[in-house]
Amino acid sequence: MTLDELLVLIGGILLIALVVWYFWLSGSEGTRVQSGHGGLQEALIKVKGGYSPNVVVVEAGKPVKLNFLREETAACSEQVIFPDFGKQATLTPHKTIPVEFTPDSPGEYEFQCAMGMLRGKLIVE
Amino acid sequence: MAKDIVCGMEIDPLSPYKSTYREETFEFCSDGCKSKFDENPQKYVNGEPQKEATYQITAKGMEKIQLPIVDMNCASCAVTIEKEIRKLPGIQKAVVNGATEKAYVEFDRSETSVTQIIGAIKKSGYKAGYATLRLGIGGMHCNSCVSKIEGELNKTSGVLSASIDLGAEVALIKYLPSEVDMPAIRNIIERLGYRTYESSGSTALPENGEKTDNQETKSQTKENPVDENQLAHEQEYKSLMRKFVFSAVVAVPVLIFSYPGLLGIAEGSVLLQWIQISMGIVTLPVMFWAGSHFYTGAWAAFKNRSANMHTLITLGVTAAWLYSTVAVLFPQIFPTEDLADIFYDVAAVVITLVNLGMAMEIRAKGRSSEAIKKLMGLQAKTARVLRNGKEMDIPVEEVVLDDVIIVRPGEKIPVDGEIVEGSSAIDESMITGESIPVEKSKGDEVIGATINKTGSFKFRATKVGKDTALSQIVQMVEEAQSSKPPIQRIVDKVSEYFVPTVMIIAIASFVIWYLIGPAPVLIYALIVAVTVLVIACPCALGLATPISLMVGVGKGAENGILIRSGEALETAQKLDTIVLDKTGTITEGQPSLTDVITTDGFNDEELMAWSASVERASEHPLGEAIIKGAEDRGITLFDPKNFNAVPGHGVEADVDGRKILLGNIKMMLDNNIDTGRLQDESVTLADDGKTPMFVAVDGRAAGIVAVADTVKPDSKEAIAQLKKMGLEVVMITGDNKRTADAIARQVGVDRVMAEVLPEDKAMNVQKLQNEGKRVAMVGDGINDAPALAQADIGLAIGTGTDVAIEAADITLIKGSLKGVVLAIQLSKATMKNIKQNLFGAFAYNTAGIPVAAGILYPFFGILLSPLIAAAAMAFSSVTVVTNANRMRKFQPKFAVTK
Repeated sequence: MTLDELLVLIGGILLIALVVWYFWLSGSEGTRVQSGHGGLQEALIKVKGGYSPNVVVVEAGKPVKLNFLREETAACSEQVIFPDFGKQATLTPHKTIPVEFTPDSPGEYEFQCAMGMLRGKLIVE
Repeated sequence: MAKDIVCGMEIDPLSPYKSTYREETFEFCSDGCKSKFDENPQKYVNGEPQKEATYQITAKGMEKIQLPIVDMNCASCAVTIEKEIRKLPGIQKAVVNGATEKAYVEFDRSETSVTQIIGAIKKSGYKAGYATLRLGIGGMHCNSCVSKIEGELNKTSGVLSASIDLGAEVALIKYLPSEVDMPAIRNIIERLGYRTYESSGSTALPENGEKTDNQETKSQTKENPVDENQLAHEQEYKSLMRKFVFSAVVAVPVLIFSYPGLLGIAEGSVLLQWIQISMGIVTLPVMFWAGSHFYTGAWAAFKNRSANMHTLITLGVTAAWLYSTVAVLFPQIFPTEDLADIFYDVAAVVITLVNLGMAMEIRAKGRSSEAIKKLMGLQAKTARVLRNGKEMDIPVEEVVLDDVIIVRPGEKIPVDGEIVEGSSAIDESMITGESIPVEKSKGDEVIGATINKTGSFKFRATKVGKDTALSQIVQMVEEAQSSKPPIQRIVDKVSEYFVPTVMIIAIASFVIWYLIGPAPVLIYALIVAVTVLVIACPCALGLATPISLMVGVGKGAENGILIRSGEALETAQKLDTIVLDKTGTITEGQPSLTDVITTDGFNDEELMAWSASVERASEHPLGEAIIKGAEDRGITLFDPKNFNAVPGHGVEADVDGRKILLGNIKMMLDNNIDTGRLQDESVTLADDGKTPMFVAVDGRAAGIVAVADTVKPDSKEAIAQLKKMGLEVVMITGDNKRTADAIARQVGVDRVMAEVLPEDKAMNVQKLQNEGKRVAMVGDGINDAPALAQADIGLAIGTGTDVAIEAADITLIKGSLKGVVLAIQLSKATMKNIKQNLFGAFAYNTAGIPVAAGILYPFFGILLSPLIAAAAMAFSSVTVVTNANRMRKFQPKFAVTK
């Protein structure tokens, strides 16, 4: 094995490790949502190639209102879906679209775009 | 050439920005100029600004207002109103002018408010004319914005009330047009940092002189979310097409010059080097303008630690471009000359094709959601209501419960309600899927969004806003589309890992080709890696299920079938047994007069007239059936006298001078009436599931009238079809076995569960499930709720406007059993379509990626070009959408049955 071959091999393995770590192993921390009047827990989630924040922590039993603001026109992120709550919203670009529901039991619930490429998590405590 | 009256610019006569004022059309260069004009057309047309608001503060801190008054028809009214206003504290002056129909009031705001003055006018029996404005507001993120805007508006003089719906992003503002106008209100909101736009029409309410004011002109701009999203789609499509055209124009010459040998340009010549440098330069705008969305999308995803299709395209294109540029600028760093190859064509062509693919996908997707758009578009915009004896057109959002609404022939019924006057044939096909118009008269339910065909009628609104059948349908359809059939859970897992996996495969392929591939290894390794990145299509995979579900559920809604979830859809196609409730499902659920038998000396008409007349005094449901039967035959009824009901036996009364007895055999025996051959007739009728009643006239048996719950006309055909589809059909009923068997024979049901108490229906469904069968229960959704919930699939036969039946997985809006057949066929078709899509997408990726990685090369010498990969990728998702759209042509199949 020549030097360049060895370098390519090691480089390749390192790159793969980087991909695995970056996309799968390192999670991001959640954003805790404050509850305002009437116990309503409100958060603004920006949508652009993903959800930011993509982990939202809320309390169980109190109404949640997630305001989605889609800052792109790419069709991928057009819809946001909360399969566990049967909620969906069509996100008109550059407009705030609220999604409201009350999570009753603690747990982790996913939300995502119509195709499941963009994902976020709602942690109910 | 037209001229923009606002900014003076010369514009193309076919400008899309137009506005009509006083029957003259004006064209504008942009939306901005158009809205400026719309706010105050008078200013631009006549060159004079619109009149100042007639609101001012006098020196003594007093305020003056002018309030238009509605319905003033006499001079004495003026005095009454004045008196009432003067009773308020802090009123300096109150003059009501009968000619101008206006009240001029001077008052101290610290002591009284405009609202109180309006209250006083109301108290005197009149109304102050205020206008209601619906204004769309953009940029609100939270409730604090709402209270900020509301607070500011409520402080503004002239604004009577302001309430904001954050969800709809709409403000509903009641204001006095004389005090404050729309531009001023918009100004206030915009000053706070929000955007405003006209919502679905501002309206003067009630009608008053101010209505002609320009700012009250109904706006034609529709700002509801559907349209806006459609607009966004349209823009996205246009932008993609522009990018496609540009990149194609660049890609074609770049592609040609990538094969200099074919053009007779010598390898290594100075000319070729210049050509290559220019190719590198012209490819840049393709990447960073026509392909900018790939870069921004990839970056945004990267920041979120996720990757998508954009990531793959970006990586592939960038790698190809960078390599080529190094090869052009520094060919000497490559050990051999043939390594210094260029791939600008890959960069340009990939972006061109993927742009085209994405544009086509948007077009195709627009068609997929047509059904829902159509549903949402059904909503009537205005309603003609009767308030205080006056007809007025108001936006449908402002219709309240118990409003009486007038509908003329050809008009759309705005909300759900009950007819109070008049009758008509109503086309309900858009809601129920039933193509024949339905005759309706007083007391009948009408559904909003259906179309009145023949007559005029008035109806009382019983459901408005979010409670109407249409809103419930739209909501249910949306919910169903957001749910996931179990099959999608696997796909979700896959798509979560898909893109990073593809990146890993690309890296691995690069390494392998570099280590063991043929020379020149670097070129091959690069091509293979780029091809893998480009061919992988997460979109096709991700789209497969949702797009079919969308078309399938939408198609159902078009046919009056509401499917609650993807799971229901998936279960509905795997059923073994269908349990049908008898009353209201197989049958009409209401008794009707079926047989009249007379003895010698009496005729049918007489018998019906007498028995129906007796029943007029009773309130028994069977009696109603007899009355209705007689009325339908045009028989005149008499007033009964000396009516007497004998519980458990029947009824008796004097009609037209005769003593009539109507009841069962016991009643006849008690009165010593010889029923003769009628006895046998009654047994035959009872065997057919009917309820016979003997009629005796002046102590003599005159005949029998029989009533029965009749079978719906198409129940038999539907049941035959269900059996043909391999399903076991079971009838369940609380009726006695004899009646149940009679109905079962009529419609062709083999298995009958009779004499089942309502509370035991669920248990019987469970028994069937214990036999290892997947069971669907069809019932009315009210009495059968537990059974519907117990069944694997509960199908509720809708009753009028009540469509969102909790216990049901599927609601059939139209009462016909054919809906069950259709629902099952549709589920099958949708699941088949989903499977086709998933198979296609999985097969494409699992075959395409290894081939792109060069797995066939050692055996057949086959290696994909990245250009082919780009084409394949671009069209794979279009194929998925197109396949789903095939289902729009879905037609229920009914075999001809005798």
